[in-house]
Amino acid sequence: MMAYLDNSATTKPCSECISAVSAMLEECWGNPSSLHALGINAMKRVIEARQAVAESLGVSREEIVFTSGGTEANNLALFGAVKARKRLGKRIVTTAIEHESVLQSAEELERQGFEVIFLKPDSCGNITKEQLFEAVNSDTILVSIMYINNELGTVMPVEHIKRAVKKAGANALIHIDCVQAYGKISINAKKLGADLITVSAHKIHGPKGIGALYVNKEANLTDQNFARSFGGEQERRLRPGTEAAPLIAGFGAAVKALPASAEQRAHIKELNAYARHRISEMDGVVFNNDETASPYIINFYVPTFMRSQTILQELSANYNVYVSNGSACAKGKKSHVLTAMGVSDEILDKSIRVSFSRYNTNADVDALVDALKDLIKKHPRS
Amino acid sequence: MKEIILVKNGELALKGLNRNSFEDILIKNMRRRISDLGSFEFTKGQSTIMVEPLDDDIDLDDVTDRISRVFGIAALSRACVCEKDFEEIKVKAAQYLEEELEDAKTFKVEAKRADKKFPMKSPEICRELGGYLLSKFYNLKVDVYNPDITVTVEVRDKYAFVRGNNIKGAGGMPTGTSGRAGILISGGIDSPVAAYMMAKRGIELCAIHFASPPYTSELAEMKVMELLKKVARYSGVITTYVVPFTRLQEAIRDLCPEEYFTIIMRRIMMMISEKIAVSQNCSALITGESVGQVASQTMFALACTDCAASIPVFRPCIGMDKEEIIKISRKIDTFETSIQPYEDCCTVFTPKHPKTKPHLDDVLKAESRIDGLDEMIEEAIANAKKVIIK
Repeated sequence: MMAYLDNSATTKPCSECISAVSAMLEECWGNPSSLHALGINAMKRVIEARQAVAESLGVSREEIVFTSGGTEANNLALFGAVKARKRLGKRIVTTAIEHESVLQSAEELERQGFEVIFLKPDSCGNITKEQLFEAVNSDTILVSIMYINNELGTVMPVEHIKRAVKKAGANALIHIDCVQAYGKISINAKKLGADLITVSAHKIHGPKGIGALYVNKEANLTDQNFARSFGGEQERRLRPGTEAAPLIAGFGAAVKALPASAEQRAHIKELNAYARHRISEMDGVVFNNDETASPYIINFYVPTFMRSQTILQELSANYNVYVSNGSACAKGKKSHVLTAMGVSDEILDKSIRVSFSRYNTNADVDALVDALKDLIKKHPRS
Repeated sequence: MKEIILVKNGELALKGLNRNSFEDILIKNMRRRISDLGSFEFTKGQSTIMVEPLDDDIDLDDVTDRISRVFGIAALSRACVCEKDFEEIKVKAAQYLEEELEDAKTFKVEAKRADKKFPMKSPEICRELGGYLLSKFYNLKVDVYNPDITVTVEVRDKYAFVRGNNIKGAGGMPTGTSGRAGILISGGIDSPVAAYMMAKRGIELCAIHFASPPYTSELAEMKVMELLKKVARYSGVITTYVVPFTRLQEAIRDLCPEEYFTIIMRRIMMMISEKIAVSQNCSALITGESVGQVASQTMFALACTDCAASIPVFRPCIGMDKEEIIKISRKIDTFETSIQPYEDCCTVFTPKHPKTKPHLDDVLKAESRIDGLDEMIEEAIANAKKVIIK
């Protein structure tokens, strides 16, 4: 039996998604922007999917822009926001533990002359609302913070951004990277006061290659002042190019297949408690995230571990168990998240991230812990 | 902290003996609009209606948003419920309005004491609470003429309420208090605005849309449904008829002189709409026409279309500039949908040089060339598709 516990990297496409994608490829392959019946049929599916994504964020359909995924959406959000607001100030507030696509974009903006504040987490990976209030000033044009951290599951103070911006009297746009939060907790763009929200399909059992950026209609972001690529009329010219209709339909189907958040959360909480209990059976185990973090992610290490890269190779090769040592996008580079928390190189090397999806069961956890115990026995270290 | 919504009636207060029944309709409309969010209790008071959520998990933001679009309401506000004890009132006021008070520079306190048994008189409540808030929020100054925030305390028979600034209501009169009318909806910018404006005056809507497949696409029809949904957020349920218009349009094209195409088409739309409207207990029609906007909307052309219907035709946009209409369409969030570029039946077979000053005699003569017009009209009505828009 396979135990797939790397759901923050990607998730297994659900059956609803698979049938939606293949139906589009087989029957509904018209260009959604064509005005004939073939096109209209494809467009109808695109509209349905757009509606599903919009509803899931509590926004209207016109506010959803499909992109190739989270990275593109984050790039569009940061560079677009700055393009739209560059005359109004030069400070950007973000954190040191964002996803690479935000971090690298922010660093590029810093090179372009913007003043970027990277909020630092404490040793548990948390960032407080006080830090946020202190960092946002009247010169701030963008606040970009993730909802849930992808390596630790720590919940960022995104609910307070709106207030911080208002209090500072800033003309700032608010971007929230919700890739890891989407489908796991309920997200309401209007309540958060967000102008931009990034989501991705393949973290919620949808296909890879498709994500979306919510763009607040009232923020007045047009193709002239916001877009980064230029072309046809698709996606309100904010992100032109023929719509990836099969992927969009798959995305929509995955969103519709999401279970009610309360019951899913209860299941994951139980699973998390069970996993923490079982992982604690290993001598000397240390958790890098505490229980205030999202129950979907557990990050830990055992001092007597080998390097996590080796462990995860062996787990997959010999035990059919899949975990990770951090963000898959880093391709094995040292975790900037754990580094920002100030953890030592040794811990960095040994930390393992377990991330759940609604399809995981206690048996998956058992497979992991039994395998790890086996490995510790096999490679004794002091 | 228990929260409720206080709703201030609009023009209702003017309506003398009808007031009670108007209020009942307003309550019914509000109830219908929020019933899927949970259960609520509505209590009538002096020119206010209290909306009290009965379930714990109700999202009051949503409720407020929806109620703010119900016609017949001048203003609404969220209020926090307190025991009738001044100590509790003052502490809760500071907590409940913390964010607003922090953001404000100036404030004043107003008190309404409906329960005269409450030991403090209104001026005393104002003075004491004002003093307390000043001691808690260093950013605040008193300004009784033009404050950023007015903190209002209402002492009623069971509880006291504390609230901040009012939110503006949708105004107008409760939908349904002025009868029913049929709106001719095309998918453009004007007709949804016209629908909204008349619904605001208390008219319940029924909609008629003409579709000419295959000349008009399914997307055009979807767009109209989308627009009606947005209007329905204000007007409540809209019973909609989609009338197949292809055969009639082809007959006009084949049998009438080109310069009269549009005007005759408009007349036939009026005839069909009137029949459908009357069958739906409507007493009038509504269109989005505005004088001089296009050839079929010159005063002379309007005169020719107007007499095709024998019930009144309301044209609330008649004297408005396009800019003014667009302003409203943005407010009611129909603009973005309206400008999607799909052909509707008004743009199919448009004449190169339409008559801008048609004479009714000529139009009638041209129209009479269509043999079996009445049968075709009956056929179109019989084949109309009914859709309920909520």
